[in-house]
Amino acid sequence: MTNVLVFIEQRGGKIKKASFEAMTLARDLAGSLGGSTEALLIGDSISGLAPEVARYGAAKVYTVEGTAFANYSNYGYATAIGKAIEASQPGLVLFSHSAMGKDLAPRVAAASGSGLVSDATQVTAEGGAIQATKPVFAGKAYKSYTVTGTPPMVTLRPNSVTATEAAGTGEVIALDAPGGDFLSVVKEILAASGDKVPLQEAKVVVSAGRGIKEADNFKLIEDLALAFGPGVAACGASRAIVDAGWRQHSEQVGQTGKVVSPTLYIAVGISGAIQHLAGMSTSKFIVAINKDPEAPIFKIANYGIVGDALEVLPKLTEAVQAACAH
Amino acid sequence: MEILVLVKRVPATDSQIKPAADGKSYDPAGLEFVLNPYDEHAVEEALKTKAAKEGTVTVLTVGGKEAQKDLRTCLAMGADKAVLLDPGQEFDGKSLSEALAAKVKELAPEIVFCGKQSVDNDDAQIGPRLAGLLAWSCLTDAASLEIGDGTWTGQRDIEGAKEVVEGKLPAVISCSKGLNEPRYPNLKGIMAAKKKPLEEGSAELGAPALTVIALTPPPARPEPTIVGEGPDAVDALMDKLKNEAKVL
Repeated sequence: MTNVLVFIEQRGGKIKKASFEAMTLARDLAGSLGGSTEALLIGDSISGLAPEVARYGAAKVYTVEGTAFANYSNYGYATAIGKAIEASQPGLVLFSHSAMGKDLAPRVAAASGSGLVSDATQVTAEGGAIQATKPVFAGKAYKSYTVTGTPPMVTLRPNSVTATEAAGTGEVIALDAPGGDFLSVVKEILAASGDKVPLQEAKVVVSAGRGIKEADNFKLIEDLALAFGPGVAACGASRAIVDAGWRQHSEQVGQTGKVVSPTLYIAVGISGAIQHLAGMSTSKFIVAINKDPEAPIFKIANYGIVGDALEVLPKLTEAVQAACAH
Repeated sequence: MEILVLVKRVPATDSQIKPAADGKSYDPAGLEFVLNPYDEHAVEEALKTKAAKEGTVTVLTVGGKEAQKDLRTCLAMGADKAVLLDPGQEFDGKSLSEALAAKVKELAPEIVFCGKQSVDNDDAQIGPRLAGLLAWSCLTDAASLEIGDGTWTGQRDIEGAKEVVEGKLPAVISCSKGLNEPRYPNLKGIMAAKKKPLEEGSAELGAPALTVIALTPPPARPEPTIVGEGPDAVDALMDKLKNEAKVL
C-alpha cells in the first residue's frame, strides 16, 4: 500500500507530456510513502513504450495490450485499470487531468469506492496521508483535502509539475483484462484543421476580446500566435466574443470555458471580467493590451500596454517574429 | 423514454469567492446563486430528447430548500417534474454519486443528463462516477449527441481534436457548452411550472472519502508594470519579456 501507480496516457503510440509530469510527482510521493513508482500502459502494441516510461522512474510497467484497447473506451480502460490496481496494490493512483483522465478517473474511483481529488496542483504524502490541493471556482480559491480510499486517487493538472527523468528498472508485467463488448468506445478522432497547438498544452496563449472590434480582426491574433514559431502558441477568446459568435466555444478561456496555465498569456482587448480572470490567472506571465487603463486585466498582468489593440498588434507581431526567428 | 437531469445551485460566475470563518468553506454572504451554467445545457438536451423520443423529463438536485427556485426554473424551461433531496450534511463526489445512484435505480430513467462540471468545485466527477456505479455507458463533456434505437453517438472535445464516441443505452451524458443553446423560460412556462410536481425527500449519502483541510485565496500575482502606451511601448515590452521574464 505504499506504491504509487500512474496511468500513462497515450494516443496513437505517443505518450502525453502530462503523464511524465505525473511520473515525476509520483517519484516524490513514492519516496515519502516508502514504496516504488509504477506505471500502467493500455492500448494496442504499446509494450514498446515501456522503456520510455522507465526513463521517468517506473520500477514496474504494467501493460494491458490488445486490439480491443486500440481505441479508447472509458468502460474498457477503467476495467483494465482495476486489474492493475489488484496487481500493484498501490497507496495512490495518479492520472493527468486531461480529457481522458477526467473521463476515466471518476469511473475507476467509483469501482473501488475511492476518494478522488480532481485537477490537483499540489499533492503530498507526509506521514502516509495523501493530501491534495486544487483550484475551485476556476481558480478564485484553492481547496486542500485529505483523500482516502483503497486506493486514494488524484488527477493532476497539466503544467503543475516540471517533468524530469530518473531511470527506473522498468520491469514489464503484462496483465490480462476483458476485451470487447465495451459499453462505449471511441470510433474516430477528428483532428482540428492544420497543426494547431491545443489550448491547454500551449506554452503561449494569445487571447482576444471585444477590443479587436470585429471578428475578421482575429486574423491579427493568429498572426501574433504564429510569430512565436510552429507548435508554440494557441489562440483563445473571451466569453464576450464567443457569445457574439465571432469564435467557437472550444476557444473560450474562462470559468465556463477552458482553464489555461501557459508560460505566457497575452490578453488583447480583454477587459478582464472575473469569469475570464478565473480561466487564466495561474499563467506564469501575463501581458495585457487594452485601451482602458482602469481595465481589471491590468491588475493581474505582469506587463501592460495601454493602447488600441489593433494599433499595437502589428508592431508586436513583428517584434516577436524577429525575436523568435533565430 | 424516461429522462433524468441532475442539476446544482452554485454561486454565479461573476462572484468573488471569500473563505468563511471556518477556513474550510466559502462565505455565501452577498453571493447571487444560479443554476450551474452547464446544467442549463443538460436541461435543454433533455427537452430536445423528449421532443424526439417522448417520455418525461425529471430534474433532480441535492441541496437545501433554496434550490426549489432553480428546480422551478428547470420546470419553466419545460421539465415535467422535480425532485429535491436534502443532503443533511456536506458531501463529496463519492458520497453524492452513491446517493444519486440509489435514486436513479428507484426512478429508472433510460438516460441521465448532467452538466460537465459544477462551477463551484470544478470536480467533473458526478457523471462518470454515477455511470460507473450503475454500470452504464458514459459520454463526458459532450459537444454533440444523437440518440438512436438503444444506442447513442456523440462528440467530445479532447486536446486539439474531437472524439467521436458510440455507446449503448442506458447512458449518463455530461453536457458541455457547445452542445446546444438553452432556451429561456417564457411566461407560459413560468406559470405552468408553479403547478408542476416538486417532490422533496432526503439523500441517502454514502460515506465520504475526502476531508476538507482548508479553503484559501489564490496565491497573489506580482505587482503589475505598465510598460507604456500604444505601439511605441512594444520595445519596452519586448525588453521585459526577453530580459526579465526570460520567456522569449
